[in-house]
Amino acid sequence: MNTLVARIEGIGFWSDGLPSWEAARGFVASGHVVDDAPARPTPALLAPNERRRAPQSVAVALDVALAACTAAGREPSTLPSVFASAHGDLAITDYMCATLASAPRTISPTRFHNSVHNAAAGYWTIGTGCLQPATAVSALHATFAQALLEALSQVVADGMPVLLVAYDTTAVGPLGTVSPSAGLLGGALVLATGDGPGMRLRATLVDTAATRDVHEGRLARHARGNAMAPMLPLFDALAIGDDLALLDAGDGRTLRVELADG
Amino acid sequence: MSPIAVRAYTATTALGAGRAAQADAVRARRSGLRRNDFGDEPLPTWIGRVEGVETQPLPDALSEWECRNNRLAWMALQPDGMLAAVEAARLRHGSERVAVVMGTSTSSIGATEEAYARLVPGADGTPAFPAGLARPDVHTPHSLGGFVQQATGLRGPCITVATACSSSAKVFAQAARLINSGLADAALVGGVDSLCGSVLFGFNALGLVSTAPCRPFDSARDGLSLGEAGGYALLERATPGEPGLQLRGYGESSDAHHMSAPHPEGLGARLAMRDAMARAGVAPADIGYLNLHGTATPANDAVEAAAVAALFPASLHASSTKGWTGHTLGAAGIVESVFALIALEDGLLPGILNSAQRDAVCGPQVRLDNAQGAIRLAMNNSFGFGGNNSSLVFGRA
Repeated sequence: MNTLVARIEGIGFWSDGLPSWEAARGFVASGHVVDDAPARPTPALLAPNERRRAPQSVAVALDVALAACTAAGREPSTLPSVFASAHGDLAITDYMCATLASAPRTISPTRFHNSVHNAAAGYWTIGTGCLQPATAVSALHATFAQALLEALSQVVADGMPVLLVAYDTTAVGPLGTVSPSAGLLGGALVLATGDGPGMRLRATLVDTAATRDVHEGRLARHARGNAMAPMLPLFDALAIGDDLALLDAGDGRTLRVELADG
Repeated sequence: MSPIAVRAYTATTALGAGRAAQADAVRARRSGLRRNDFGDEPLPTWIGRVEGVETQPLPDALSEWECRNNRLAWMALQPDGMLAAVEAARLRHGSERVAVVMGTSTSSIGATEEAYARLVPGADGTPAFPAGLARPDVHTPHSLGGFVQQATGLRGPCITVATACSSSAKVFAQAARLINSGLADAALVGGVDSLCGSVLFGFNALGLVSTAPCRPFDSARDGLSLGEAGGYALLERATPGEPGLQLRGYGESSDAHHMSAPHPEGLGARLAMRDAMARAGVAPADIGYLNLHGTATPANDAVEAAAVAALFPASLHASSTKGWTGHTLGAAGIVESVFALIALEDGLLPGILNSAQRDAVCGPQVRLDNAQGAIRLAMNNSFGFGGNNSSLVFGRA
């Protein structure tokens, strides 16, 4: 049995020029981005003195996570969470490696604890007062598909709604030559079992590479340079009401996601 | 939860390669810690360094994955029949039905650090990685999971879990979910973390590193000793009535308190321990041995000892094995699960190394001396930055 099912209760989204799921749906329909969109999200969950200096990864992850919970009508502190990022915060990795090469004894303790892959998950649970489990995962190009499987298997195991948050940041410095990623991109889903409002999602891990000759969607084109772009076929399908998205699951395998109105 | 069989397990640490090396060092109370000799400007501290990583390159077929962390991942796959057990599971279920779930904190960032120390002018004149290190697969957290997938030929769900020092405890929970939800029939889980500048200088910047060998739960403890390690367990759906080691329960929680300091009352730690025992359907009095997170930082050990004293009866034997191995970060979950499984299998209950005077906050559960005795259930705690907690319960059927 390679299939897991759930219901999508809420969606959050952020990309350059598209600072909300509403803006993303508008863009998919019209091709227009938001003219005066902010350059980065303001993480309302953080204390005012932490908002400006929060790493890019934390800012985008917390923004889309909160938007998805709000859309789902779920109190954030009640949800277990899966945070997914191919590379984590690339600017912090660049800082750490550059500082270690020049003056290792001057490493900033704050930047060091922000360098962990679960930094966004940590700030989320602190900001929302959430005692529920949180995980942080990576599978390079297959990160979103593999994280979706983990989120769905949590829904199945415990029967509880689960928050899935995916994001990647802008690469800077020499690291960008081997781990390229452009712009800021985040997407979040609240997934739940049982009856209720929202799209039904049926995910099947299949043993072939994605062969459907899909026309690249508008979101996929818009944020193609970001390392989390492999999640965009699902968000494009959700935005236009398509019934199928094929996601790279790694090693020549595909996560086939069928969508249907609830 | 339905019990999950542990078909094979192994660890490679500063104590040596494989289970017997770990058990022998515990029995002899011989530490694997040494004065820090890692890197060009070693900080004055003690480390748990694995012998031979520098002299054992990866096989040619895997050379694209070359780096210290993947070398350690490969070395750690060899002992205790692990590769043969993985191959048997692959033949039994098909490679698509065996998952790979690996935990790490820093993965192969050591290779990225090395590239930054040897930058060359790129095509456009800006600094770029030297040719031998311009291999994208190793400069990302999934270097570990991707390497293990390539090295074993497994094609089931494959992911790297990176929740700092709870990473390779959480892999057991994730694998149990994959198996119980039907997405996989078996899973290779594990964790690997290797010494690198990021963690040595990073933990030093936080003021959490001792200049002496770490002394868990000692009243004079003053910080941790960093270590490196790798380890694995092969998990499979348990057959009713079949004897053997099992994962019985897992518990996960968040502190919701601070990025690098534990909750002062150990709220998340208690939730994780309670949740693990609830999933296993057991009471605190049933647990025979608890491997503590016990990093030897003043904050962790005070909070964890108080949480254990509040939850468990005096009869529990609890200890930290970090005086033997150092704190192996993202590998701590698997390494210390291996100590818990050895306790179940051999009755070898480790005490604590290097510590002379138990902190007054410790209940009678925290034991300095080794003990020997048959137990039915063993538990392991792993807590990480971001307030990320995990506890596991293992049993013997």
